Amino acid sequence: MNVSVRKAIAQTDADTLQRRAAELRGRIVEMSHAAQAAHLASSLSCADILTVAYWHVLNVNPQRPGDPLRDRFILSKGHAAAALYATLAMRGYFPLEELATFCEDGGRLAEHPPANLLPGVEAATGSLGHGLPLGCGMALSGRIKGEGFRVFALLSDGENNEGSVWEAAMFAAAQKLDNLCVIVDYNKWQATARSDETLMLAPLREKWTAFGWNAREIDGHDVTALASAMQPVPDGSGKPVALIAHTVKGKGVSFMEDDNNWHYRAPTAEEVVKARKELGLS
Amino acid sequence: MRNAFADELTRLGDEDPRIVMLSGDIGNRLFDKFKTRHATRFFNCGVAEANMMGVAAGLAMNGLRPIAYTITPFVTARCLEQIRTDVCYHEAPVTIVAVGAGLSYAGLGPTHHSCEDIAFLRSLPNMVVMCPGDSFEVRAALRASLRQEHPVYIRIGKKGEPVVHRAPLADFEIGKAITIVDGKDVCLLSTGNMLPEAVAAARQLNARGISGRIVSFHTVKPLDEACLRQAFDRFALVATLEEHSRIGGFGSAVAEWLVDAGIAPKKFIRFGTPDAFFKQSGEQDFAREVFGLSAHHIAEKILQAMSGK
Repeated sequence: MNVSVRKAIAQTDADTLQRRAAELRGRIVEMSHAAQAAHLASSLSCADILTVAYWHVLNVNPQRPGDPLRDRFILSKGHAAAALYATLAMRGYFPLEELATFCEDGGRLAEHPPANLLPGVEAATGSLGHGLPLGCGMALSGRIKGEGFRVFALLSDGENNEGSVWEAAMFAAAQKLDNLCVIVDYNKWQATARSDETLMLAPLREKWTAFGWNAREIDGHDVTALASAMQPVPDGSGKPVALIAHTVKGKGVSFMEDDNNWHYRAPTAEEVVKARKELGLS
Repeated sequence: MRNAFADELTRLGDEDPRIVMLSGDIGNRLFDKFKTRHATRFFNCGVAEANMMGVAAGLAMNGLRPIAYTITPFVTARCLEQIRTDVCYHEAPVTIVAVGAGLSYAGLGPTHHSCEDIAFLRSLPNMVVMCPGDSFEVRAALRASLRQEHPVYIRIGKKGEPVVHRAPLADFEIGKAITIVDGKDVCLLSTGNMLPEAVAAARQLNARGISGRIVSFHTVKPLDEACLRQAFDRFALVATLEEHSRIGGFGSAVAEWLVDAGIAPKKFIRFGTPDAFFKQSGEQDFAREVFGLSAHHIAEKILQAMSGK
């Protein structure tokens, strides 16, 4: 793995981020149970990425979610909505109690995120392959208007099946959108099968490199590595940045890890207790 | 129409710094003036329409006014989900300009025909659908679209179509149809590039003693309900004209409106393309002949209906 730690964070910061990630995972598991909603494993897979983004990297203020100069984070893998909602609530965008309304009739927390309802949700996602083109437009608007914000788009590995991802990849490279960063949550599974057995993704970093991106592989559960890779965007290369984050689907709960049944399964009450215990939560 | 579009776009680019032009690798030399004057606001997005539409939405969501342009099927059907979700759901003020609509590019072959796009686009919430009838209407429609805070679809023809209006349309409004010529027997409601055929058909009818009102119904969504109400109230026969399928297009929209408004039309004819692809080689005029959309077909069918009791 090509891991270059350019701006290491202090161990105490790393510990804090890890604790937050564990709390985030606990909330995600509870939400999945309460709503009996799918995509739990996909949400756990990207919990560390969201934690590092929202508590270390993004220049955002939950009190001013519409600030034109804010960094944008697009959850292009919209099926991990529970992870985004829990992150935003923990970060102070809306009350934590609202997480209990996940998937409820008349609520704001749909199974895939709608936009213009919840503060902090930049775009309606769920149909894959949309977040990166949107992110290109946002990054381009920042350049045209001379606004220095950055755009981060979190893609699933299965999402790399979509042709629009590669259309956008070529566009971003041609326009030298160095204020744009893609993070691929590379957990090696898609909804019903291994990614590489569905549409061949490997070698994924080489693909993004060949498409003109400054692409690197990192451990998507190592908060220090994530922080070091995401924080320096734009990184001076004049290219958009692609972080191929190696992850484990269902990460953090032993009986869910790398078991693709948890793409659709929701946990029982007993499993929630067991999961929270494993996560070091009471 | 497309030259008028490019010219008006350049003027608007001078006036409004929010305007960003996105082209799907089309319009060779057409946008040279715009590019010269606004180099940082022109992007050739390549042959990648799904991305172009997503980029347009992203730009519009951040306060800019993108115009996404290429040949009709590619800027509509090809990226319909991006239009639906990225543009319309987010109420992103993107102006989509589709060139070669209907059978304008008949000669380019079947992949370049588009007789379904009105149906696709008008079903999308938040979308305004405009089909200007000549180059003056193209200019006015483009200008009006940029005063909207919503997505707008503008469906234009090719170049060199007859110009029907005599002067710029200063009081043009989205959703307000324009009466070109008044008449008392029949009312021809024409949308888009069928306007010159409507004018020619009315002339032929006039020669046979039937006086026709010609209306350029440049906005298919929202419909000009006052205009429709008056037309169906006053005229013995109302016809809709469009270079688009009779399924889901302008005529369908009017038929839906009639049912919802509880109005029983005296005589109502919907001119449009049949539920069929145009599978021959041939230019637009030939395609109109084949599909019964030429002025003489329109005049004949109306005469028949008027005398048929």
